[in-house]
Amino acid sequence: MSDSQSFQPVLLEAVGVENGHSLESYRSRGGYAPLEKLLAEKQPPEVVEMVKSSGLRGRGGAGFMTGLKWTFLPKDHPGPIYLCVNADESEPGTFNNRILMEDDPHQILEGTIISAYATRASTAYIYLRYEYPQSWNSLQAAIDEAYAAGYLGQNIKGSGFSLDIYLHRGAAAYICGEETGLIESLEGKRAWPRIKPPFPAIEGAFRKPTVVNNIETMACVAQIARRGVDWFRSIGVPADPNNPRDPGSYGPKLYCLSGHVEKPGCYEAPLGITARELIDRFGGGVWKGRRAKAVIPGGISMGLLSEAELDTPLDFAGPGKAGCLGLGTAAVVVIDETVSIVDFLHNSCRFFAHESCGQCTPCREGTSWSLRMLERIRAGKGRLKDLELLAEIGSTMGMMPGSTICGLADGAAWPIKNAIAKFRDEFEEYIKQSNPTGYMETDPVPALPILSAH
Amino acid sequence: MIAQRKVLTDEMVAQIEALAPRYPTKQALTLPALHIVHDELRHVPLDAVVEIAQLLDLAPAEVQDTLTFYQFFHQEKPHGKVRAFVCRSISCALRGGEQVLDHLCSQAGIKPGETTPDGSLTVEPAECLGACDFAPCMLAGDDLHKDLTPEKADQFLNTVRGGAS
Repeated sequence: MSDSQSFQPVLLEAVGVENGHSLESYRSRGGYAPLEKLLAEKQPPEVVEMVKSSGLRGRGGAGFMTGLKWTFLPKDHPGPIYLCVNADESEPGTFNNRILMEDDPHQILEGTIISAYATRASTAYIYLRYEYPQSWNSLQAAIDEAYAAGYLGQNIKGSGFSLDIYLHRGAAAYICGEETGLIESLEGKRAWPRIKPPFPAIEGAFRKPTVVNNIETMACVAQIARRGVDWFRSIGVPADPNNPRDPGSYGPKLYCLSGHVEKPGCYEAPLGITARELIDRFGGGVWKGRRAKAVIPGGISMGLLSEAELDTPLDFAGPGKAGCLGLGTAAVVVIDETVSIVDFLHNSCRFFAHESCGQCTPCREGTSWSLRMLERIRAGKGRLKDLELLAEIGSTMGMMPGSTICGLADGAAWPIKNAIAKFRDEFEEYIKQSNPTGYMETDPVPALPILSAH
Repeated sequence: MIAQRKVLTDEMVAQIEALAPRYPTKQALTLPALHIVHDELRHVPLDAVVEIAQLLDLAPAEVQDTLTFYQFFHQEKPHGKVRAFVCRSISCALRGGEQVLDHLCSQAGIKPGETTPDGSLTVEPAECLGACDFAPCMLAGDDLHKDLTPEKADQFLNTVRGGAS
């Protein structure tokens, strides 16, 4: 395994390169040659096998095995099969897709073309969030170049394989990052996630077999094709031999570091770097010489690591062992010791109340209710009982307790659960000090109007 | 039925129709069509919803359903000449994003979500803009404003006001 000290960036190799986003630059770095070789030499099932054996796990948040996902497509389907590339990156703290699309769009396209070939898709839609106009321009320019160079369109490089890639613009809704929400949105509807099964591989976009993969996953596919399965598996954390269900965490990963660090940015490291090493070595430490109070390990929906848990490795299995939801998008947000954990949780609850799509009652009501309680606590009317109520909401909304269709509510629940479990003393102190006469009340109280949600 | 269009121009219709070969259904053109109208008019009035529906063989309610789901689209009146989204999600909030939002709004004399009386600017709070490496940030038109401070917000406001006069 390569260690994080000697590791050289691969996914980010174009960053800082003059005209790194151009076709010419991408080719000069070895790009598209692997695609041509692969189209000439490999059949689609061999490409699926290559990605499967690399151990690549989806980079969008859930960490599902990419190659395995592809095998769920029906065999010998007459088509069409669709590939949707998820560029609706909206998880708070996350911006690695943006950097990939702006700085190295051809890497995304090569990965997309290879993935489409493997899955026998003839149309790929890149669902791009509205908030990324520069990514739109950069990707569209790259698509135009790729068509002109014969990497897209009919009969790509004489292989008989044809592919069109289209950009599809979102309209500022977090839920479109959920794969079936994305599909509904692509179809022109409100982005209400679908009940599964059927999974998209069986019935997805336009009722046809569909694969949805993240932008960074596409970049990884391009690099696996260029550098090989063995290279990919030499990076990261191998599967735990004592856990037959652990597929390991292989490959490089883009970590987005933001919040209270000296040098926020997107950094590439082998999967498994610890939060502390990331913050200290890449981020220049917590800003202003302060200490971290808490760190979000992978986007706000993953919950919180306490300062004592910063040696947690950021691989797919690590954050879960510290009680977090998972690695998520690997967006690490540092919260320093001066921040009130009540304010943090208010910000988190407001986000999810705003972004709940409203389809499932436990999520729609739970996210809104938790925000109302946080508003009341911050207004000096909190009760200790509210912590029990918040914990109850946290443990009852979501896919895991089985009360919602998609995972948005799990993401809303985890910051609540982690914050209360890991910072309970601070909550209690805040409530007692801000509401000295009423903190022991247990009778129902009217909610305050939400001032800041919409 | 050939209806007399009141809102959609021939150009908009041509733009929408040009995208049709990309999708296997007409309904998939809903979001692109809404964007095309919104880009031009800065809102999508009800008449436009009806006309988009006619164009796509949908019920107006289907288009309206989609439009209202996405908070992005204004309907009753156009947003300002410049539309600024100020991020309030966690990475920006930790670095003063909400103060910038409040400052910008108070200097512009509006509340978040409102448009200045001269129609030059709409300021809206946004959830994560995906530019946390430049927190706090703001997206105004196609321009990402990075590492905002109240002073930078003032400069932005001056530019916007200058542009409107």
